[in-house]
Amino acid sequence: MQPFEQIVAGHGAMVLRVCRAVLGPDDAEDAWSETFLSALKAYPELPPDANVEAWLVTIAHRKAIDVTRAAARRPTPVETVPERVSRTGRPDDWDGDLWNALRALPARQRQAVAYHYLAGLPYKEIAAISGGSADAARRAAADGIKNLRTTYPRVIDPMGATR
Amino acid sequence: MMTTSASASASGSGSGSPAGHLFDTLPEQDAPALERLRERLSAQAQREGVLDVAYRTLATPAGDLLLAATEQGLVKVAFAVQDHDRVLQQLAGAISPRVLSSPKRLDETSRQIEEYFAGERTRFELTLDWRLSKGFRREVLAHLQDIGYGRTESYAQVAAASGRPRAVRAVGTACATNPLPVVVPCHRVVRSDGSAGGYAGGADAKRVLLSLETAA
Repeated sequence: MQPFEQIVAGHGAMVLRVCRAVLGPDDAEDAWSETFLSALKAYPELPPDANVEAWLVTIAHRKAIDVTRAAARRPTPVETVPERVSRTGRPDDWDGDLWNALRALPARQRQAVAYHYLAGLPYKEIAAISGGSADAARRAAADGIKNLRTTYPRVIDPMGATR
Repeated sequence: MMTTSASASASGSGSGSPAGHLFDTLPEQDAPALERLRERLSAQAQREGVLDVAYRTLATPAGDLLLAATEQGLVKVAFAVQDHDRVLQQLAGAISPRVLSSPKRLDETSRQIEEYFAGERTRFELTLDWRLSKGFRREVLAHLQDIGYGRTESYAQVAAASGRPRAVRAVGTACATNPLPVVVPCHRVVRSDGSAGGYAGGADAKRVLLSLETAA
């Protein structure tokens, strides 16, 4: 069994990308931390032939649900929160417009898009993670991409704000 | 659309896939964020008691040393010629696969080793985890701690001191497989003719250590 450090080195960036796409900039790092701590604990029992990417995304999926629930309990009136502005100041930075477009997707589409296009998982694995059939996962990913193409990146006004 | 990094084409989000360049702005590699997250992970793992093996590397005049510690103490020191990746793989098999790069647990060890190489320390005061050495080999290694800084003994002398005067070859094996070189001073065991003899870290490393100690 390889040292867990190699799991972090080999897949940490992918899991961060998935967490960011599914949860956005504010909660992604908490979800990453929870995912890898949980993975570290379970790692000695991981079967040798397990698909490590699918295993990590499965844990990240559960942690993302936890984080979303916790966020829903936070007493923050979303309507009054100003539209978030890119942290780097570039209008097309991911935590500005891309995240706004991703956030607007139904959760299943956002997950299917992230798990397939960012984690590289086949639809069969995605179905095992988020429920439903492989065909449903394929449709959710296709619909998600189609929706993103209509909302991103065209909806940028010159001030870098989005609506 | 602007591309903020040259990263996007390596994954499934390249222009050949349905996602095209949609995710170009979501960086594939974000080194500062990952460094922060890895530090946080090792701190959390330490707190929750699941950091079974913590390691770091330390640059020394004898080359880069890999230092690894369990919760019980320093468990492994390895020279670069021993192939650090292979050593980590062995630790994962022999102790636990919960292995993380985590320098903090090795702060005190690193400080003492740096003092040693600066000629400011003649003995180590560290808690050692002896689990990688067993039986007669471990008895031999325990005796090595009695060979003081700047002194040497022959393999035959060590065999006699360990209570098995004819086990000269076994002493050689014990030294060659010492899991804690430098700290447990197998470099102070030399051939009867005074030449340095073999060393797990290579002949050069042994010379560095012996000349360091005789210069002091």
